[in-house]
Amino acid sequence: MLRFIVRRLLQAIPTLFILSILVFAWLRSLPGGPATALLGDKATPEKIADLNRVLGLDQPIFLQYFKFLGRALTGDFGNSLVSTQPVMGEIVTFLPATIELGVSAMIIAVVVGIPAGYLSARYRGGVVDNGVIVLSLIGVAVPVFFLGYMMQDVLAAPLGLPSQGRQAAGLDATAITNFAILDGIMTSEWDAVWDAIRHLILPAFALATIPLAVITRITRASVLDVLNEDFIRTANSKGLTQPVVRRRHVLRNGLLPVVTTIGLQTGALLGGAVLTERVFNFRGLGFLLAEGIERRDYPRLQALLLFGAVVYVLVNMLVDISYGIIDPRVRVR
Amino acid sequence: MQQLRLTRTRRVALIGLAGALAVSLSACAESKREEGAGGGSGGTMIFGAAGNPKLFDPAFNDEGETFRITRQIFDTLIQNKPGTADLEPSLAEKWEPSNDGKTWTFTLKSGVKFSDGTPMDATAVCFNFDRWYNMKGAAAQSQMIYYGDVFEGFAKNEGDAGGQPVYKSCEAKDPTTAVLNLNKAKGAFPAAFTLPSFAIQSPAAIKQYNGDTVTQSGDSFTYSEYANKHPVGTGPFKFESWDQAKGEITLVRNDSSPTPAKLDKLIFKVIPDENARKQALKAGDIHGYDYPNPADYGLLRNDGEQVLIRPSFNVLYLGINQSGNPKLKDVRVRQALAYGINREQFVKSKLAEGSEVATEFVPKVISGYTDDVTKYPYDVDKAKQLLQEAGAQNLTLKFYYPTEVSRPYMPNPADTFTAISEDLKKIGITIEAHAEPWNGGYKDDVQKFGKQDLHLLGWTGDYNDAGNFVGTFFGREKKEFGFNNPELFQALAAADASPAGDAHAKAYQEVNKKIMDFLPAVPIAYPTPAIVVGPKVKGLVASPLTDERFNTVTVS
Amino acid sequence: MNTLLNKKKEPIDKLAAASGRSLGGEAFRRMLRSPVAITGGVITGLFLIIAIFAPLLEPKDPDVHYLGDQIRPNFIPGAQSGFPLGVDDFGRDFLSRLIAGAQQTLIVGVLATLVGVLIGVIIGGLAGAFGGWVDTVLMRLVDVMLSFPSLLLAISIAALFAKPSQWTVILAVSMIGVPIFARLLRGSMLSQRDADHVLAATSLGVKRGTIVFRHMLPNSLGPVIVQATLTLATSILEAAALSFLGLGDPDPSRAEWGLMLGKASHQFLDVRPELAYYPAIAIIVVALGFTLLGESLREALDPKNRR
Repeated sequence: MLRFIVRRLLQAIPTLFILSILVFAWLRSLPGGPATALLGDKATPEKIADLNRVLGLDQPIFLQYFKFLGRALTGDFGNSLVSTQPVMGEIVTFLPATIELGVSAMIIAVVVGIPAGYLSARYRGGVVDNGVIVLSLIGVAVPVFFLGYMMQDVLAAPLGLPSQGRQAAGLDATAITNFAILDGIMTSEWDAVWDAIRHLILPAFALATIPLAVITRITRASVLDVLNEDFIRTANSKGLTQPVVRRRHVLRNGLLPVVTTIGLQTGALLGGAVLTERVFNFRGLGFLLAEGIERRDYPRLQALLLFGAVVYVLVNMLVDISYGIIDPRVRVR
Repeated sequence: MQQLRLTRTRRVALIGLAGALAVSLSACAESKREEGAGGGSGGTMIFGAAGNPKLFDPAFNDEGETFRITRQIFDTLIQNKPGTADLEPSLAEKWEPSNDGKTWTFTLKSGVKFSDGTPMDATAVCFNFDRWYNMKGAAAQSQMIYYGDVFEGFAKNEGDAGGQPVYKSCEAKDPTTAVLNLNKAKGAFPAAFTLPSFAIQSPAAIKQYNGDTVTQSGDSFTYSEYANKHPVGTGPFKFESWDQAKGEITLVRNDSSPTPAKLDKLIFKVIPDENARKQALKAGDIHGYDYPNPADYGLLRNDGEQVLIRPSFNVLYLGINQSGNPKLKDVRVRQALAYGINREQFVKSKLAEGSEVATEFVPKVISGYTDDVTKYPYDVDKAKQLLQEAGAQNLTLKFYYPTEVSRPYMPNPADTFTAISEDLKKIGITIEAHAEPWNGGYKDDVQKFGKQDLHLLGWTGDYNDAGNFVGTFFGREKKEFGFNNPELFQALAAADASPAGDAHAKAYQEVNKKIMDFLPAVPIAYPTPAIVVGPKVKGLVASPLTDERFNTVTVS
Repeated sequence: MNTLLNKKKEPIDKLAAASGRSLGGEAFRRMLRSPVAITGGVITGLFLIIAIFAPLLEPKDPDVHYLGDQIRPNFIPGAQSGFPLGVDDFGRDFLSRLIAGAQQTLIVGVLATLVGVLIGVIIGGLAGAFGGWVDTVLMRLVDVMLSFPSLLLAISIAALFAKPSQWTVILAVSMIGVPIFARLLRGSMLSQRDADHVLAATSLGVKRGTIVFRHMLPNSLGPVIVQATLTLATSILEAAALSFLGLGDPDPSRAEWGLMLGKASHQFLDVRPELAYYPAIAIIVVALGFTLLGESLREALDPKNRR
């Protein structure tokens, strides 16, 4: 087991290594060269020359790369052009919001998607199944930003939910970790917890649509596969009762591919967060990124793109490892 | 954790949870209200801001989101009468120029104190003038845009600064008399003393928190602790906090202000997306925001919101860069552009009620405006004919417009671009669209580098002076317009130097006629930007200069 | 020789040959029986016809401001005679703009997918054909591309260009498909490397290039076509997202669904929501159509589903 985990951890290293090379190459190919991109158009030739020295652009390319790597590893991405604050500080400040939103969306997707997919498979061909299939197909076809605007405009007022923001303006809540819900619980500020949850509902559902649709379909397909497998027939013929078969065999084996899907869907979440946070004015990393794109804030883009990719690699590594824990066969492969 | 709980001012939920008696609940609610005793309890107002402030020291600022906040924290010597561009006393009860206009004597209100308790007297006023004049460092000087415009130079110019200083000295004759000595007279005074950049700040606080420190790394500037956390003035509100994670700037009432606020608290909530601001107002999350989309006026009013329309103090123009496409040097081509744009329809279909087609580059309320200029009514045939005469039938023009921005004179740049570019296509011009983010390249590409053939820009007046408009645009050779017309430059300089009154107005009227014949750009519209507040907000006066002060506001 | 080899192509083909029908033929027949496939086919077919013949089908010029003088900031005329779907906020015929938008959408979707397929096939083909260290290096690269969340990948490519345009959007969106196609093709080719017909060809002294192009590539096309159909659907959505984020073509007057949707859902949901609904429905239906078609193609080509 331990060997498997170590091996999987080691496997991530070359991926991260190539990733850093790609981001470095990306930085090198920015319009006008990296110094101009990072400094903005206002940069004077002297300032560009200065930064070129700092970035080591007068040195051999592999040295430049190692300088870049060194800065990336120490979290030094320079200052944002928009806010003039260090980019790394911004990421630390805004990350909790995105985690809160992403986790909520994933919980919605799993809690709704797995039962829906399971029921759909169990009553294959029925009304429920067809309904679930149609909805899940439409779910991936709706542009996320449009869905967000519709929710704001149509749902927010009737449901009495806030249509934008992460916290009521002027709400006097103590911030410790910047996780609004966690902070509220830690300080027993229950009104703040409630406020944070209310602000999460609409954006979390908007963000959940694509993972929800995908998880539903994967669950359905994989449960169907399992239902056709020999051991289920064996179990049935052994005379095990239906609920026992379902619990012990169908669900457990059917959920394995779903675990991988959840990992892969983190990517969809990170991308969707850019659109959702932009529409709902939800101040997280996606909000930062959208603002960075609008203002061509390359220091910020560089850091956020690298950060997003690293997070995605790590999440998938964790998923692989947990997969190995659930399913012993994987470890051997 | 316990400590954290205690630092919280509002403990209602906590006490409720602990199962405390209802009595203590109401007592607590009471104490919250008492906190703001002294003035009236006008409640808390939350205003939706479109962007983050740059900092809170107005001397280093030139953009509206920041000024909206610093206007509440600081006072100027002279101010604009609410809702107008007329002058009225503020920190100075009286102001008097010498005959040659080189000396200004200010009689200050006595007994005024900054919110840190130090006196706002003649010494403090002179400290501020000296501070600006003696500012060190290229980074700091480069950010003092308004000082550079009005006072032209520093004690020791650094970086790009290079003008001869207008400022000479400031003497504190007695605590309430400050005398400002200038090297030359300027038409901009006294109106320029109302500029928010020239607000009087607390010398003690500036010294304590190193207010003059500005460092630059690349394109980004880092300001002092004073500018970020401890701005101190005499305005109706005191700075309390800037929470970056939440995007909230909180001000509280300054009871020692000569014009104390009625509100207890004023919070600026940053909501960059316009639609989100509208949603927030509808939901009651905020009590107001600036520059609502004209499309929403009707809906906002139906919801009971108050859409306050500002009198137009703006002009929107289509810039022409004569050093771009060489055909643009031909006045007939520029005239064709003017005839070819259906400005009437654009104004009616895209701008707010009360907006008008612009006939020249100064709005109607400004002295120096004249109706007697060459006009270019919409006429497609004439436009085509002019292009033909100039041999410019197959003209391709690079047309720049800004994105991610809404200006008082241009609520929606993309729509403005669409309307104008489609009109120009109709007279046979091929348009090459260039969209650039306002802060990420547009202003520089257009004004510094002159990469465009055509572009959209405009101006909101800083004070009531025609020179603040046409002088700023066409007073010298600029990359933005790419022409050199010494005759026009001289006429503008002469108008600026002419004595105030009828002669001044007359001089500018003549200049305006000249400009509309030369047609260095096409004036499009005089838009009327609005500010919208919720039904519970009372006492906000919309200002043509966007100089809204929240001291008179209450929220019920 | 060809006939000999063709007979030995793949187990699937043997099966198909045994039953006396071609693989494609049977798949097609199977699809005709599936309502899902028919729905997908009809939607994509209609969309293709509209998009290709857009200039002929537009009832009016999509760029003319017909009712421009009636537009007010808070009023946009609705449906009326001559304008069955009303006009947009510049008085342009909305039906014509939707039709013109179909063409734009098709161009972006198809080109983005094609570029993705092309690059992906080259990478995957090289990896699959050569194996060894070429395979290792290329597949690592592909892994890393897959490790960028798709929208972020598109954003990073789009941000590389100083001046965004339709072409930068196409290139950015195409990158999302590249790693998927590369993996697909490599997998399919690897599985064939040891297949009988390839071994036979090799032992007969057929050149490696010929084997790859004549035998291995054509046999991998099925899955690539399926994936391409599915990718087309996502390409349309990603392109809309890019234009929403301000990375699209800078000309705001172009009739393009993503642009129309972004603008209307931001500005006109209260004034005239149809301006958002129509392009939204168009995007959803077309994306759905390609997805349905792709899914049923996949099912039809999957030997497991043969009955």
